[in-house]
Amino acid sequence: MSEDEELPDLGGGATPNSNSTVVSIGGGDQNYVSPGPDQVLENVLENVLCFLTSRRDRNAASLVCKSWYRAEALTRSELFIGNCYSVSPRRVTNRFRLIKAIAIKGKPRFSDFSLLPPDWGAHFAPWLRAMAISYRALEKLYLKRMCVRDEDLAIAAHSFPILKELVLVCCEGFGTDGLAIVARECRQIRVLELMDSVIRDNEVDWISCFPEDVTCLESLIFDCVEAPINFEVLERLVARSPSLKKLMLNSYISITQLYRLMIRAPQLTHLGTGSFSPLEIVAQGEHEPDYFSAFAACKSLICLSGFKEIIPEYLSAIYPVCGNLTSLNLSYANISAEQLKPVIRQCHKLQTFWALDSVSDEGLQAVSAACKDLRELRVFPVEALEDAEGPVSEVGLLAISEGCRKLQSILYFCHRMTNAAVVAMSKNCPDLVVFRLCIMGRHMPDHVTGEPMDEGFGAIVKNCKKLTRLAVSGLLTDRVFNYIGQYGKLLRTLSVAFAGNTDLGLKYLLEGCPKLQKLEIRDSPFGDSALFAGLHHYYNMRFLWLSACKVTRQGCKEVARQLPGLVVEVIAWNEEENGTSEDVDTLYLYRSLDGPRADAPRLMVRPSLIMLGKALFNYRAGFPLAALKISPSSCGFHALAVEPSPAA
Amino acid sequence: MEGYSRKDVGCPQLLDLIPKEKEWLVKSAEETNHGLSEEKKLELRLGPPGGDWTFKQINGPKNESLLSFGFFPNTTAGATTTSAPTPWQHQAKASFFPLMEKKSCRTVELQGAEKKAFSPANKAVPNSSNAQKRTAPAPVVGWPPIRSFRKNLANGNSSKLSSESQSVVPDKDFSKKPIENCPKSRFVKINMDGVPIGRKVDLKAFNSYEKLSSAVDELFRGLLAAQSDSSTNGIENELEEEKVISGLLNGSGEYTLVYEDNEGDRMLVGDVPWDMFVSTVKRLRVLKSSELPMLSCGSKPGKLSLDGSI
Repeated sequence: MSEDEELPDLGGGATPNSNSTVVSIGGGDQNYVSPGPDQVLENVLENVLCFLTSRRDRNAASLVCKSWYRAEALTRSELFIGNCYSVSPRRVTNRFRLIKAIAIKGKPRFSDFSLLPPDWGAHFAPWLRAMAISYRALEKLYLKRMCVRDEDLAIAAHSFPILKELVLVCCEGFGTDGLAIVARECRQIRVLELMDSVIRDNEVDWISCFPEDVTCLESLIFDCVEAPINFEVLERLVARSPSLKKLMLNSYISITQLYRLMIRAPQLTHLGTGSFSPLEIVAQGEHEPDYFSAFAACKSLICLSGFKEIIPEYLSAIYPVCGNLTSLNLSYANISAEQLKPVIRQCHKLQTFWALDSVSDEGLQAVSAACKDLRELRVFPVEALEDAEGPVSEVGLLAISEGCRKLQSILYFCHRMTNAAVVAMSKNCPDLVVFRLCIMGRHMPDHVTGEPMDEGFGAIVKNCKKLTRLAVSGLLTDRVFNYIGQYGKLLRTLSVAFAGNTDLGLKYLLEGCPKLQKLEIRDSPFGDSALFAGLHHYYNMRFLWLSACKVTRQGCKEVARQLPGLVVEVIAWNEEENGTSEDVDTLYLYRSLDGPRADAPRLMVRPSLIMLGKALFNYRAGFPLAALKISPSSCGFHALAVEPSPAA
Repeated sequence: MEGYSRKDVGCPQLLDLIPKEKEWLVKSAEETNHGLSEEKKLELRLGPPGGDWTFKQINGPKNESLLSFGFFPNTTAGATTTSAPTPWQHQAKASFFPLMEKKSCRTVELQGAEKKAFSPANKAVPNSSNAQKRTAPAPVVGWPPIRSFRKNLANGNSSKLSSESQSVVPDKDFSKKPIENCPKSRFVKINMDGVPIGRKVDLKAFNSYEKLSSAVDELFRGLLAAQSDSSTNGIENELEEEKVISGLLNGSGEYTLVYEDNEGDRMLVGDVPWDMFVSTVKRLRVLKSSELPMLSCGSKPGKLSLDGSI
């Protein structure tokens, strides 16, 4: 545009409202006053920015100047909030007016492992209140690790009449009541996905609440809903959902019921198979459905999961689809190598494979031989015990590295490992972006050489130049952090547990990794001076988590004082309300535009104490502790949100 | 800063961990916590019994009672415990929240004592760390980092399907084809003593030993009868009465069913679960029970060391 050259420099600081020149464009109507260049630019920007979809690009564009900031804010339609406490809902709705899709993440990941009390926070309600006013045209809602109540789901259903997609990952606080409301009220819902969430069984037949006419359902994922399902109704629902492509059933659906659903929906691309076992063991000679043909009829099936209570004999029914599968999730199927082999050797297109370690090193060797296109592998332990021999080891890892050269992401639980195997993987799989190795015994050295695992992980950061996510384990000294700081220049997420010797470890990380966003560390000897080493970087991070480390309350206060834009949450297990102890059990700090949150829980009485007393007695009597399920509904914990002190 | 590590680093001191801890705990108990009844200690503590939520809490006096009451049953039983699972292993699975009240006692003493045991550079961790088995350390909450719904997968199927769900409908209107449609069949040879011609049987057609046994009976009954018929002078009635072959599995019959497994050993049929049998069997044989010395003296299942090939 020719106007460009005439415009004032739009570098930082320029106020676009100055010098509005009237420029006449073309002949004709002399009364026509064309919009000033600034306004034209804004119009252009808005039209152009519509094409900018990546949020990082948009963030960059919004920083150019106020004009661009405004234009970008008006045209952004998808919003990603990585930490629900980093900004207040009001501030968000004030800036962005036209949001159609929003993703909000709440609790830090370590909350999955019971390291935070259940009432810690991450409530959806305040966000919902703001969105219900400002984003009535919302179409997509994605929540991860948030507390969502049934009432919230009800309000959402009412407030977002054209809601098309609802995805809840690792959420809790609601039940089948809430699901019933969503099913009934969200008439345009196309995607309803509940993943890894804890959902109360209110004994409501929520499946029956979907409207009776043809639905526009494309994806229905409820494998984590631990409640019986009205099967006839589900069957009819599937029958009247011609667009259904993704269906993931819970373990209350038997294999015979699965059969009935499959023959009604041969167009499925993603299938979660439920229990994959029959209601009763079928005696020989009794009629059993032709599962094999049912799978053969699903010509578009590329993603298979479920198998929650698998009877391995039925696994052969999936043979017809193996050749097309790009994703196979057997991580609930306790099967052996022998049972895996006939399946996996047909899966030559497989890119994602999740399994239990019951398949053993031998099974992984079969994977390595068959799945040359594998990009992502996850191996979970059947028994999450620290001390065990374990069926997978460095042998499996090495085999995978040799056969699956295109590997990009791996999560591997094992009981023993060697540096050599990890080094080999670093060289064989240069495309690795995610490397998460969990040697389950704490402080486990290389079981062949007895040395720390420093060299193995060092090789990973050095050789895998695209690495952005790393989780380390085993016996580790400060040396490994030196390596990570030196080579991990693209690293964004790092998980550390039971590692390191001195503050140097954490210092290496904070000083060496410029892209570090999420750092979660537990049970490692890092103290205040290491904490201070990251002051230059904390504003650039999503969060820092330190639990069972050696930071003190003084140290935390100092950080909060120096960085007023941070919220520093400290959890200390003190009896006294006004504990003067320096102990800090958990430090969770994150940047925030709106200061410490108001919904941090306070010290409460702990009814579950008595329950635990019983547990102890039961233990004395010899009852196995596994039989006791203690679910603390309220527990005391003293959260001290350290207020940044006014600038002194 | 001094080196920091759990005791279970794997250095030789590991085995002394328990008694040492007892000392330390007793010390700190004396220092800070006199006269607390054990009941009270139990009440105030919320966390895995004997387990510590974080390393620091090992020093907590309230832990002491729990630790003592947790660990000792194990260690008094056998000092050098191997990787035998302790009761805490189950604890690790429960995903409850660890509320540990502790007095704000420092971990300094622990670290100080530990310093001797721990070599900061960790280079001194000798190979002996591998040589000894680790005694199970007290479990820590949230470790290994597995989400609760992924736990307890070894406990087999707690079938939810057998519930009184409102939707259970017996399956009647489905394909009549049996499971054999799955292409996997498992044909193995089966020979019988006294019958020159062997048969082949598809093990996938059965799901239990009883069914196999009756199939063997059906397969060979006629042949056996024909054999004995031809072996005699043929004076008898052509329609020799066919004798049921029974007691193949329990040693009570005239014949006994054995098999050769994937390691080449001859085994008695019926010991292992059916599925395991199907996956390891290579061929079957029906032997005269009289030829099996063990059986004639009254049954002990196990490997048969008979000469002669099948």
